[in-house]
Amino acid sequence: MSSQTMTVVGGGLVGAAIAYGALRAGMRVRVLDQGDTAFRASRGNFGLVWVSSKGGKMPRYASWSRDALKLWPNLQKELVDLTDVDAGLEQPGGFWLGFNDADVRARADLLERIDREVGGIPFKMMDPSELRQYLPGIGPAVVGGSFCPLDGHANPLMLLRGLHAALRHRGADVITGVDIAEIRHDPASGSFEAVSQDRQSWKSDRIVLAAGLGNAGLAAQVGLHAPIASTRGQVLITERLKPFLDYPTNKCRQTREGSVQIGSTSEDVGLDDGTTTDKIEILARRAVETFPALARARLVRAWGALRPLTPDGYPIYQESASCPGAFLATSHSGVTLAAAHCYVVGPWMAGLSQVPAGFEVFTGDRFLDADASFSHDH
Amino acid sequence: MTIEPLFTVPGAPAGASVTIVFEGTPLRVPAGITVAAALLVGGVREFRSSVVGGVPRAPYCMMGVCFECLVEIDGVPARQSCLIPVHEGMVVARQLGAAHLDVFSPGEEP
Repeated sequence: MSSQTMTVVGGGLVGAAIAYGALRAGMRVRVLDQGDTAFRASRGNFGLVWVSSKGGKMPRYASWSRDALKLWPNLQKELVDLTDVDAGLEQPGGFWLGFNDADVRARADLLERIDREVGGIPFKMMDPSELRQYLPGIGPAVVGGSFCPLDGHANPLMLLRGLHAALRHRGADVITGVDIAEIRHDPASGSFEAVSQDRQSWKSDRIVLAAGLGNAGLAAQVGLHAPIASTRGQVLITERLKPFLDYPTNKCRQTREGSVQIGSTSEDVGLDDGTTTDKIEILARRAVETFPALARARLVRAWGALRPLTPDGYPIYQESASCPGAFLATSHSGVTLAAAHCYVVGPWMAGLSQVPAGFEVFTGDRFLDADASFSHDH
Repeated sequence: MTIEPLFTVPGAPAGASVTIVFEGTPLRVPAGITVAAALLVGGVREFRSSVVGGVPRAPYCMMGVCFECLVEIDGVPARQSCLIPVHEGMVVARQLGAAHLDVFSPGEEP
């Protein structure tokens, strides 16, 4: 085991995966988790394990997502073997379903371009009769769709639980209920100190900021730039139903337990993680147009959660130039990227492997260009 | 200390009764009571089987909270029988496991 210690600020899906990856590579790891007052984007994650159409404006993000999907089965097995927690990974392929011809054409163009630029992200466009061979319940509103054989889904809550169980099993120091307000760097020793609101502090040789929305305020303290804003997603879930939907889709998916999760909105409403009747209605109507039989299903719950998003929607992974040993990781795709965060990012941020190839595109410095303008798909 | 059952069916006026069918068997029950009460009066003790373990379940709270009393009523699955009044000719069946969502609308061919 390394004599160095690493502190990860944030015990959500991103922080827990990086911490576990560093730990299993031999690092001494401490996780500082905010507890149940946190916004916990992990608990609002829709659960897709998805590459299709991602990275249209950043090919390295497409290949990163693709490679993450290949690593996922190993993480699924490792968590089950180590902790008995089943993150519920299924990768049968996934469908995007379109309601008008223009969207379907745009989708075909986008997928063709991504596969050409990046490679290894196959897809198939299908008309409604072909779609019905896989999804017998789709309604007449669906005029076309795409299938990507790499896509799948998992249970975000079980993944989070599995990662935390694995951290404890391998002896990580997981401290919950602390709200980190300040990061201090001592240039002489190169060490870091994380200080909580109630003035507790923890020292370490390395520090990883994986605090979701909290990263925005912490980044500048170690010379990093992370302009992260919140986008609310509202999600619905039905009662448990007998299996009828064999593949995840972009509009809804049936969980292994039988409930159908219906998502999701994308709203700029600050830090309000509530639900609204108008959005619930839109989501429910869209789901019923996609699968008319859902009109006879009962909804049991709706909830909102805040995605931490950068201006272009792509992640930031970066080591500080001015405070070496300080890293930042932020992404709203904590489920899709979980295995890559574990097996690739964790060892890198622990100093046990080199920076992954092509990662310069993921620095937060891209948002410092005053002439650039950004948009994201969420 | 009372040893009388707390659950009793109030006496209905003479003649005020309806017939419902549970699992193919007609039951003559007082009008105006809930399906759950009617089934209990009729001697039914297993209303549904649980989704995960498939074991028998019966009403618990009788006030719309516990969802233990789910049955299929007139073809609609997973209804809370403690909240729904009986009506003449109502067809009731046990809810076995999760609700089945027929993906094909009536009359629609696969």
